Amino acid sequence: MENKKDVCNEIIRRSGVNPRKCMKCGKCSGTCPAYDEMEYHPHQFVYMVETGDIEPLLKSKSIYRCLSCFACIDRCPRGVEPAKIVEAVRLSVIREQGNNHLKADDLPAMLDEDLPQQAIVSAFRKYSK
Amino acid sequence: MQVNEYKPKIVAFCCNWCSYAGADLAGSNRLAYPAEVKVIRVPCSCRVNPMFILRAFQRGADGVILCGCHPGDCHYTSGNYYTRRRMALLFSMLEYLGIEKERTRVEWVSAAEGAKFAATMNDFVATVKSLGENKRLEDLRCKR
Amino acid sequence: MQRIGVFVCWCGSNIAGTVDVQAVSDALGKEPGVVFSTNYQYMCSQAGQDMIKQAIKEHNLTGIVICSCSPRMHEATFRKTAAAAGINPYMVEIANIREQCSWIHKDMKEGTEKAIVLGRTAIAKVHLNTPLVPGESPVTKRALVIGGGIAGIQTALDIADAGFYVDIVEKKPTIGGKMAQLDKTFPTLDCAACILTPKMVDVAQHERIRIFSYSEVEHVSGFVGNFDVTIKKKARYVKEDVCTGCGLCTEKCPQKKVPNEFNLGMDNRRAIYIPFAQAVPKVATIDADYCTMLKTGKCGVCSKVCTAKAIDYTQKDEFIEEKYGAIVAATGFNPISMDKFDEFAYSQSKDVITSLEFERLMNAAGPTAGKLVRPSDGVHPHKIVFVQCVGSRCAACAEKGKEYCSKICCMYTAKHAMLTRDKYPDTDVTVFYIDVRTPGKQFDEFYRRAVEEYGVHYIKGMVGKVSPEGNKLIVQGSDLIANKQLKIEADLVVLAAAIEPDKSARPLATMLTASMDTNDFFTEAHPKLRPVESPTAGIFLSGACQGPKDIPETVSQAGAAAAKVIGLLSKDKLTGNPCVAHSDEMMCNGCSTCEKVCPYGAITYQDKEFRGPNRTTLIRRVAQVNEAVCQGCGCCTVACPSGAMDLKGFASKQIMAEVDAICK
Repeated sequence: MENKKDVCNEIIRRSGVNPRKCMKCGKCSGTCPAYDEMEYHPHQFVYMVETGDIEPLLKSKSIYRCLSCFACIDRCPRGVEPAKIVEAVRLSVIREQGNNHLKADDLPAMLDEDLPQQAIVSAFRKYSK
Repeated sequence: MQVNEYKPKIVAFCCNWCSYAGADLAGSNRLAYPAEVKVIRVPCSCRVNPMFILRAFQRGADGVILCGCHPGDCHYTSGNYYTRRRMALLFSMLEYLGIEKERTRVEWVSAAEGAKFAATMNDFVATVKSLGENKRLEDLRCKR
Repeated sequence: MQRIGVFVCWCGSNIAGTVDVQAVSDALGKEPGVVFSTNYQYMCSQAGQDMIKQAIKEHNLTGIVICSCSPRMHEATFRKTAAAAGINPYMVEIANIREQCSWIHKDMKEGTEKAIVLGRTAIAKVHLNTPLVPGESPVTKRALVIGGGIAGIQTALDIADAGFYVDIVEKKPTIGGKMAQLDKTFPTLDCAACILTPKMVDVAQHERIRIFSYSEVEHVSGFVGNFDVTIKKKARYVKEDVCTGCGLCTEKCPQKKVPNEFNLGMDNRRAIYIPFAQAVPKVATIDADYCTMLKTGKCGVCSKVCTAKAIDYTQKDEFIEEKYGAIVAATGFNPISMDKFDEFAYSQSKDVITSLEFERLMNAAGPTAGKLVRPSDGVHPHKIVFVQCVGSRCAACAEKGKEYCSKICCMYTAKHAMLTRDKYPDTDVTVFYIDVRTPGKQFDEFYRRAVEEYGVHYIKGMVGKVSPEGNKLIVQGSDLIANKQLKIEADLVVLAAAIEPDKSARPLATMLTASMDTNDFFTEAHPKLRPVESPTAGIFLSGACQGPKDIPETVSQAGAAAAKVIGLLSKDKLTGNPCVAHSDEMMCNGCSTCEKVCPYGAITYQDKEFRGPNRTTLIRRVAQVNEAVCQGCGCCTVACPSGAMDLKGFASKQIMAEVDAICK
């Protein structure tokens, strides 16, 4: 595997986020509805990508727990957009594996009456990269 | 035949409040820089009309350096912001005309930075020397 | 043709050590226009100066070049010498052959050559020098203070105590500002009213201070020392000089449902009101938006109960014109609107309040008479959550919050937390913070006391969401140190809202031609060395209109602004710097470019009549430089596309002559 720094830079490039803008207030994690599901939390994603501590994130299940609800993006006072970082980390894992976790044709069978529309869109966005 | 050592002509515009005082401080601290540098005092770097710089090159100057207060510290609050923009434009135009961009420079020197003034001038003179004489814009009619 | 005298100074051995002064004076003596050239040991000494004076008389000199130390050192000395000998002081030029020649070069030949070039450059400039006379303008010995908060009050008192007349313009019915609304003040926990109201009374009783309350500045023209200001005195429908402030009308008025802005709308007042008991001036004001009499013509209760016969429903806005020598902006601040911060449920729940509202709740003169209760149901809260940095340090989007730190929130939140714990030990207090910033005398000690002695829980993290559930508020936030997400059931949530300059500041700055930053704070003339002056001469800054400030800082800045005003007003005449911009009317094309780049608003445009061809007259729009305001930076001279603008003392021709002399 390539150098850790390269992975980080690639994640930063892909997400279009500048993690240095973060002032470590923790509002992203304060607002995150999936917080309890995640091993690493939004603010940790930003911090770990900034410091280059990327491997735990790549191995963590947290990347699939993010709902992509973008509450953190909406509320971040510095415009850091943590969800985009989570997304970028997720993408690098998925691309590495060469897997596509969800095909459009499989969708109808998985649909549930109670499933909100946004969840479908989010899921599709997340698993079909 | 032995040719005299090439001595460039360098015009330095210094704003009265920061850079001229910085140049004075360099003197008080006996920090040497080449005698080719001659300073012209202006109230603010924004007083320097691009025309003056063109005139200097026309009259055979080999390098022109413009020194002002650091951005945000201008005695007149915003003068050096204008300078910065004007010079960015002028220098790119000069480069287009064939005046190497190393012959022109804008440097921010505060009244406390005598050492920086001397170092800047040493560096600038060395750079201009390595470029040799400015022949591109020099108006030979001005030479007697 | 000028008759120029050249005087080369040895400066002991400082110059003579590396420069052959005799060679310099000989070489310069041969320059065209030079009729006299000499050198002397110490030009700045009395003997040296006498030598210059004598030479001026003997040789009829019209211009002087002195080759000596830096002009920053002795330019003023030699200008005085020249003036004493009867020539214009601005006909003197200095060639700096010490700091910029002899001191930096070791080689005699090199030093001498350079000194000659520098001398020649100065001679080239003197050839084009013209006599300059500084302009003079009288000073009106009266100051205007705009804003009657603690900043304006302190500035006005200090100026008036020095013996000058001061007028305060306050847009509200009373002076006092934000400080009058506060409960206690950090870090000493003095009651705000106890230390403010005596000052308000001092202002009211001061023989040299006039208060224009319920008034606004309508128009400003003129320049430093000579401002003409129009003040609009809004109709308050009560005769100010007749009203005794007994308050009977405010009790009898039948219109009871007017939100009380002094208590931030947490209770109601009448349509005729006195904002608070210690108001200055203590005069009732009728709120025209709510008064039944003014709206429908049917009521008149206040007029009936007023024993002093002070009510006047026909009152109109009054315009007062006055001349001032100096103007102080003290327009203050406001907390930002919480409308854009829906995540904190401010608009959904009455129990989410701002810190200023909390201040009123705690105040003995407030809507609850100082009893801390929930605004929704009047029940005493047992769990309070404070959220800091709401809207401060928010760079994400400008319409939501402010990029800067509001500076005072850390301290007042600590104060609120401490006061709550002190008064109600049964109440649990939690503060969410990003950073605690407490620089200031006794400030950090104060904050630590809140934590250590009063047991306030400080949590490093930020609240992401507040959701009302039943009569509780669920506060969801992060605890970054414990790496946990917290869900706290709170009874009351207090938001430390960012502060912003008052909305009246922007139009005022336009009137004053005072510059502002992107956040609408007034900019100072120099961020470090001239912090209480605006770049526009004669305009001074006091208090939070220049940047977020707490009370001690505001008071010291107010005093500093007053000192600057006193310094200005104590002069009978202002002598300007003669090296100012000047526009050649014949060349000016009226494009306004110079007006836009001028940082001082010194350039205005006027329509002037000119002689046209065939005995016609033309009206042309031309630039006019106000010499009293111009500081002589020369920015306009470069911006001018037609070359009409030039700077006296540093004219384009002069600088080009210098360039030519150097490049020869």
